[in-house]
Amino acid sequence: MAWFSRLIYRSGPPPEDRHRMRAVANSLILHLHPPRVAAGALRFPRTWGLGGISALLTMVLVVSGVLLMFRYDASVERAYSSVQALETVVPFGSLLRAIHHWAGNLLVITAVLHLVRVFAAGGFRAERRMNWLIGLGLLLLVLVFNFTGYLLPWDQLAFWAITVGTGLLTYMPLLGQPISDFLLGGPEVAQPALRNFYALHVALLPVILIFGLSYHFWRVRKDGGVTLPAESTPAPRLTTIPHLVHIELGVALITLTGLFIFAMLVPAPLEDLANPAHPPNPAKAAWYFLGVQELLLHMHPLAALLLTLIGGLGLALLPLWDRDTADEGIYFRSPTGRLAGAIGALWGLLFTPLLVLVDEYWLDLPTLLVLLPTLVSNGLLPLLLTLAGLAAIYAGLRSGLRARHSEALVGLLSFVGVALLVLTAVGIWLRGENMALIWPW
Amino acid sequence: MTHDTTMSRRDFLTLGMSAVGLLGMLQMGGMTLQFLGPRRVEGEFGGLVEAGLAASFPPASVTEFPDGRFFLARTSDGGFLAVSRRCTHLGCAVSWEASQNQFACPCHGSHFDLQGDVQNPPAPRPLDTYPISVRDGVLVVDTAKAIPRDQIAPEQLLYV
Repeated sequence: MAWFSRLIYRSGPPPEDRHRMRAVANSLILHLHPPRVAAGALRFPRTWGLGGISALLTMVLVVSGVLLMFRYDASVERAYSSVQALETVVPFGSLLRAIHHWAGNLLVITAVLHLVRVFAAGGFRAERRMNWLIGLGLLLLVLVFNFTGYLLPWDQLAFWAITVGTGLLTYMPLLGQPISDFLLGGPEVAQPALRNFYALHVALLPVILIFGLSYHFWRVRKDGGVTLPAESTPAPRLTTIPHLVHIELGVALITLTGLFIFAMLVPAPLEDLANPAHPPNPAKAAWYFLGVQELLLHMHPLAALLLTLIGGLGLALLPLWDRDTADEGIYFRSPTGRLAGAIGALWGLLFTPLLVLVDEYWLDLPTLLVLLPTLVSNGLLPLLLTLAGLAAIYAGLRSGLRARHSEALVGLLSFVGVALLVLTAVGIWLRGENMALIWPW
Repeated sequence: MTHDTTMSRRDFLTLGMSAVGLLGMLQMGGMTLQFLGPRRVEGEFGGLVEAGLAASFPPASVTEFPDGRFFLARTSDGGFLAVSRRCTHLGCAVSWEASQNQFACPCHGSHFDLQGDVQNPPAPRPLDTYPISVRDGVLVVDTAKAIPRDQIAPEQLLYV
């Protein structure tokens, strides 16, 4: 076996067996991580392990997804029955599908929390701005992954969520209809759409993800690792092995255990076979899109689309919008920043439900302003009012709290985040038959 | 002495190779787009549907044709209208609620009256229609292409 040793060890093999194994494992780890990391970066609340958990979930998704491919049939006639077979006949099929389903859902949560954590620590400025953009792209990719995967079981939930999702696209001026036709391979959700979504979900998107994720990891190391507050004394640096590796191993084991237990207890949902004549009542999109669906109930789709676009653009341009690196690594910038964030969150918690109620029961702009076209009364007007409200919050924090630009942005974004969260919660729990407001208890 | 407009052999070959390369790339791009573009199967998304004798539909009634993806509505004064079941908001299928005398979309709560006019937003415009023709007293609906409309009008109705 001398040739094998020469192949895997750079210098001669270590004398003992256990050291040989370790030498290989260690050089793999040090390929990903730097040899030493700052002690501060190892404190758990510095990262909450969110990026690592997301990467782990991605690996779980790839493995479980490849296995599922062996049992799935991307045709309208057979897709639903092949998923049914997974649930009932195939040994461990239901568990495997549940692991894939819940890992995909959990990944949306951990990736968003990762984004929030990086924003809070100010880790998007200066040399890290490129990786902030890459991260946003990866989050978008995760959502597209979820969207394309959603159609594959070909049940009622799948069919109508994709119908609504692509219907939303058609409101985009000029480009919307061609993109929707291209995605669906026709005017409606049918066999060409299922084939397209499957190819995207299992081939094209994974390739993009592998390249994007590799670049994201590489950039983290290049940009100096986790964002840390500037310290007067030089911080001690600890060796990656074992200090960082042990933490990662622990977090990975806890995540996997939690995910597998959850998947054993709660199987992935599967509704009735898709029926193009009768949407279920209420017909809802996937839970992570329900915030946008709730927005659609209150304004013209073009306005809702624009608002979402403005939000996304704001996040993408954040590194240019906030370049103040003085408070780098301090969560929410400063005590004032923390206060601004708390105020923003509180306003979001108060105002969003209030606006939903007022629009639902009392305010009917199209009837009130019957002379204006609905595109103005139900679209432009709510859009401008929303943007004016956001500007007012920013201005209020600047003058009321004497907050710096960077601190006021914390308040503004925390308002937007909480508002989106409230809208999502309303969409999930408080919308019943015909999308009317209900009280679930 | 060479003239200004002549070009060296090297430049000519470079330009020629670039042009050929560009042409090749355009061709590959075109092929990919065509390969990925919408694939249509004849009749998959609609065709001619025979609805039945005009006299068999009572006034002020709505009859669903699930396979044709439309409703045949008859107003109280006898006019016919083939209404698409595709909600103009985001494409969900509307259903006819006879007790409320309206089409209702379960996805986002839009309501439409018998002629497909919007009673309750968020739908931005009335339901699409399909052209109806009469052949030996039988109503024939062409579901190949829906006709969008911004408001309802009497001339959209067909009287037999």
